Amino acid sequence: MNSTTEISAQDMFTETAVGKQNRYIENAVKIFFLIMTCLMILPLLLIIGYLFYKALPVLSLDFLFTNPQDNMRAGGIWAPFLGTIYLVVVSLLVAAPIGVFAAVYLNEYARDNWFTRIVNLAVVNLAGVPSIVHALFGVGAFVLFAGLGESILAASLTLAIMTLPVIIASTTEALKAVPMAFREACWNLGATRWQTIRRIVLPNSISGILTGVILQVSRAAGETAPIMFTGAVFYKAIAEGDIFAYNITDQCMALSLHLYTISTQVPDVTEGIPYGTAIVLVGSVLLVNAAAIVLRVYLRTRKKW
Amino acid sequence: MDTINYSIETENLSLWYGDFQALIDVSVKIPTGKITSLIGPSGCGKTTLLRCFNRVNERYGNVTTKGEIKILGKNIYDQDVSLLELRKTVGMVFQRPNPLPISVYENVLFGLRIHSPFRSLTRTQTDEIVEDALTSVFLWDDLKDKLKTRATTLQLEQQQKLCIARLLPLKPQVILMDEPCSALDAKGTLAVEELMSVLAGTYTFLIVTHNMAQAKRVSNECIYMFLGELIEHRETQALFETPEHPKTADYVQMRYG
Repeated sequence: MNSTTEISAQDMFTETAVGKQNRYIENAVKIFFLIMTCLMILPLLLIIGYLFYKALPVLSLDFLFTNPQDNMRAGGIWAPFLGTIYLVVVSLLVAAPIGVFAAVYLNEYARDNWFTRIVNLAVVNLAGVPSIVHALFGVGAFVLFAGLGESILAASLTLAIMTLPVIIASTTEALKAVPMAFREACWNLGATRWQTIRRIVLPNSISGILTGVILQVSRAAGETAPIMFTGAVFYKAIAEGDIFAYNITDQCMALSLHLYTISTQVPDVTEGIPYGTAIVLVGSVLLVNAAAIVLRVYLRTRKKW
Repeated sequence: MDTINYSIETENLSLWYGDFQALIDVSVKIPTGKITSLIGPSGCGKTTLLRCFNRVNERYGNVTTKGEIKILGKNIYDQDVSLLELRKTVGMVFQRPNPLPISVYENVLFGLRIHSPFRSLTRTQTDEIVEDALTSVFLWDDLKDKLKTRATTLQLEQQQKLCIARLLPLKPQVILMDEPCSALDAKGTLAVEELMSVLAGTYTFLIVTHNMAQAKRVSNECIYMFLGELIEHRETQALFETPEHPKTADYVQMRYG
């Protein structure tokens, strides 16, 4: 008797035909998804690798810190590099406070009525407007109507208008991630909305908010259309190594436009220069994104619930 | 001087969420220093009624009320009533313990800090306030060495007691509790009930509960609500043993639904 029960217990867990089929399908599906993931990463690695390989002959600190020379056929990228930094910084200085505080208002103060619904609808739609449309708006509103002329200020404001809806959306997400129960606890202790925001909501959403804002750096740095009619120029020499070389009422060069120019408009450019420009553009953006990730991880270790 | 016998009085209180009427002509008197329980099936308006008493309902948008609510004899819809002061006097404890994601120490002080001028509290004062509040809820011995830990990492029972403790520095008169034990285990439930019994007398308790055994155990008076109406309000024992209204009888004898 004993031995028969043992045999049946051993049989009980052996794989059936259906089980075997399921296991094959499971493995096949897993491998399929893995391949898709690799396909996603592969182009990124190839692009960066290829850029690096091609840019290697020109890459040096000098490349970063000298102006383009010889009708942009030689030299470095100092003027466009600094120009891009100016454009990004000024546009974020404008867009980040407006976007973040608007999102705080919409989330923490505004009631659900026709006004907030229209604002939210506008935010979603603005995020989908092509950048060339923002560019035309920038020309009309900032360059001509506001009389700023083609300048860093006008271009930055155009970029700010473009990044604003995305900053509002990402801030909204970050605020929504703070549990409602914390707000209720505060309100029931007689806290005003501002005390609730200041002491509980913001400290617990700041990492998400900052990440959302910083990710806009890459968009602002990469766009060409919104700046080419509003403040960016093909060529402008500035003092090398001086980070205050631009005035915000000046026109400036920008990496994205410079890359377009030397790749398509100027013949006989030293081969490495466009690739070097691209590497600097991609590299700076990746660096900023990496900083965002580090910041996010750091701030997240301080919040637990 | 007249002693106020009723901490909360309502007169024909009706409330609408948009078009939906959640409270229908509720008139009720909650005795001072006693524990009163609110029972009834889900969606009958218990929590809604509770939230009226510190007017926190209004933060949830699109709420209309009609009728009168008096807390400690004062109509809380009067023009000169500050909502922030009202909420100091009428504290609320929630179903799910909701300590704030800051230290135990700062949780206890949170209410006081937001109502005091910036930096007006000395360290000696705050130490004393925290010790008093935590002692009142029997947490001091457990937590005196953990004052710096994040309140959200405590056990649920401790969290819920802390949520009661953080009301105390504001010297509330009324403590509203919305199913305060439904997230706790049996031991935690009994501990919180015991705490309520000890604190009753000093504070007026109004507790919403789905647990009829709990209502029997802790409350002096009991209110049965059904679909937004107050059906019956009597002493707890009387309500459970000789309910007057057939709907109450159905519910307390578990014949409901």
